[in-house]
Amino acid sequence: MPTLESEGKSYEVDEEGYLMDWSQWTEGIASVMAKGDGLELTGEHWEVIKFLRDYFDKYQIAPMIKILTKELAKKYGKEKGNTKYLYELYPAGPAKQACRYAGLPKPTGCV
Amino acid sequence: MAIKPKPNELLSAINYAPPQKQWMDNPVEFKKGYYCYGAKPKNLEYIGFPNGREWNSADQDWKLVDNWKEIFLEGMENLLKKFRSFRLFMDICVRCGACADKCHFFIGTGDPKNMPVLRAELLRSIYRRYFTVAGKLGKIAGARDLTEDVFKEIWYYYYQCTECRRCSVFCPYGIDQAEITMMGRELINLLGCCTDWISGPLANCYRTGNHLGLQPHTIKSNFDYMLDDLEEHTGVRVEPTFNRKGAEILFVTPSADFFAEPGVFTCMGYLLLFHYLGLDYTWSTYASEGGNFGFFTSNEMMKRLNSKIYAESKRLGVKWILGGECGHMWRVLHQYMDTMNGPADHLEAPVSPFTGTKFENAKSTKMVHISEFTADLIKHGKLKLDKSRNDNLNVTFHDSCNTSRGMGIFEEPRYIINSVCNHFHEMPDSTTRENTFCCGSGSGLNAGEIEELRMLGGLPRANAVKYVKEKHGVNMLSCICAIDRAVLPPLIDYWMPDVGVCGVSELLGNALIMPGEKERENNLRGEPLPGMEEKGEEE
Repeated sequence: MPTLESEGKSYEVDEEGYLMDWSQWTEGIASVMAKGDGLELTGEHWEVIKFLRDYFDKYQIAPMIKILTKELAKKYGKEKGNTKYLYELYPAGPAKQACRYAGLPKPTGCV
Repeated sequence: MAIKPKPNELLSAINYAPPQKQWMDNPVEFKKGYYCYGAKPKNLEYIGFPNGREWNSADQDWKLVDNWKEIFLEGMENLLKKFRSFRLFMDICVRCGACADKCHFFIGTGDPKNMPVLRAELLRSIYRRYFTVAGKLGKIAGARDLTEDVFKEIWYYYYQCTECRRCSVFCPYGIDQAEITMMGRELINLLGCCTDWISGPLANCYRTGNHLGLQPHTIKSNFDYMLDDLEEHTGVRVEPTFNRKGAEILFVTPSADFFAEPGVFTCMGYLLLFHYLGLDYTWSTYASEGGNFGFFTSNEMMKRLNSKIYAESKRLGVKWILGGECGHMWRVLHQYMDTMNGPADHLEAPVSPFTGTKFENAKSTKMVHISEFTADLIKHGKLKLDKSRNDNLNVTFHDSCNTSRGMGIFEEPRYIINSVCNHFHEMPDSTTRENTFCCGSGSGLNAGEIEELRMLGGLPRANAVKYVKEKHGVNMLSCICAIDRAVLPPLIDYWMPDVGVCGVSELLGNALIMPGEKERENNLRGEPLPGMEEKGEEE
């Protein structure tokens, strides 16, 4: 199984770099993942990541995009509640890239 | 995920020239982008499947169990005994080649082993060698030994078949390649070699009732967001019920319909329709998945997952079951459910409460397709519709393999579309109805890591869409399948952008004039209806 390293600790990830155990997640490992994609995480990135983790804690799945945009708009302002904004932050897509940084597993099924 | 080769590069790389050597002498070459990741042991353990282990399908060593060959051959012997169709299909092919160029994967990849006849031959050669007398002669009789490389070859190509059954339409013997692929995958699963993409949903579905792993409170929450949107668009508050005992009808649809776009818009269409009718129905958070990835795995797994639907209908005491827009779900329901988990004597033969129509075709399964149900309502004049709300759309219809070839649903969706849209154009006859071309990602092949294969497999379908786009200005590809709704958008975007993808019930939801609605300004996606665009933005 592939691993990623952060602050001397090793994390198991799947073939696409999703964390195998979401409870092991640290901010450090999120930054390592982002660095691997050539991204520097800003406060705006962290807002999304924090939301995803809180949501996952409650619902055990990533939110629907509809929920993500609505809730971000409520929390951080209308200009942050749309997919265009999310794609600017996460060019590979909020569902995939942001969820990966947040330590969430990859969604599967008819999606 | 954007794949690396550009469309023209991928197109020009297709090579139909067969290799010089005989097929048995060309060992399988694993091409990146054409095969899935292997199943994780925790998912296989969860569903009680044997031989789960840490392994990587890209590695040379698959860490197969020592007696893998005995397991495979014993499994094959059992399947040959159990399914007469399997033995028949192994025996009767005369290799006429009528199927060869009918497969979307052969058309897209040019790989001869994607000709259905040769894909079957991969397994047939093993059948001959170990289960026929002539096979003792070896190669000359079309037989070969089962080796690890041969097993990998079967694995590689049996996950390059979407079980769409287009080839079987053209086979003079009616050999059903999908059934051969199903048998091959049964054997693969005996060795713990399922794909990650299929085994994940299996474990999720077994645990929570749906592929995505949505728990009851998550499902409820997702609906609340959709209901808010519906209220915003229509001014009507829809109030569906969940797990309600005593409802007349249980409604089951793929879980992607209440999770992912554009499926959620289809789901909003169902919600509006049922509210409009005042239908006495309930959703279930237990039987919360219409799809069945067990169908892509083994007969037994399909049966286990499917059993939740009848069980829930019994627990809730409903009269009959209504099913949403899904492809493979309907092949399972239509052709297997009744004998696998029935007879459903606790249910009644379905009758529409609004038209009195008896759904004779569903007398035995007790489950009616949403398109049949809706078309019947329209036919009886039960729905008030405003077609002009879809006037910005120029629609075509993709027949999903399973609902078309598997159960003959051709007219109902077209009848609905023509009742709710003014602009509809068919793709060429050779690509619709029983001749329909697969989306290229069905039967559990909608994984991200095989996107290149999916783009090539979906090429014939995309090409037909391109044709109607250029000829008639089509800008919306409608369908009645959740896998289609998930995989057609990236396929279409890749080959010729600017055509949307939607479910038929979404189009219905747009056109349906709800009692007590406010002036509708938006469609179900929240985009302005035709004529409602702001001044100066009108086309």
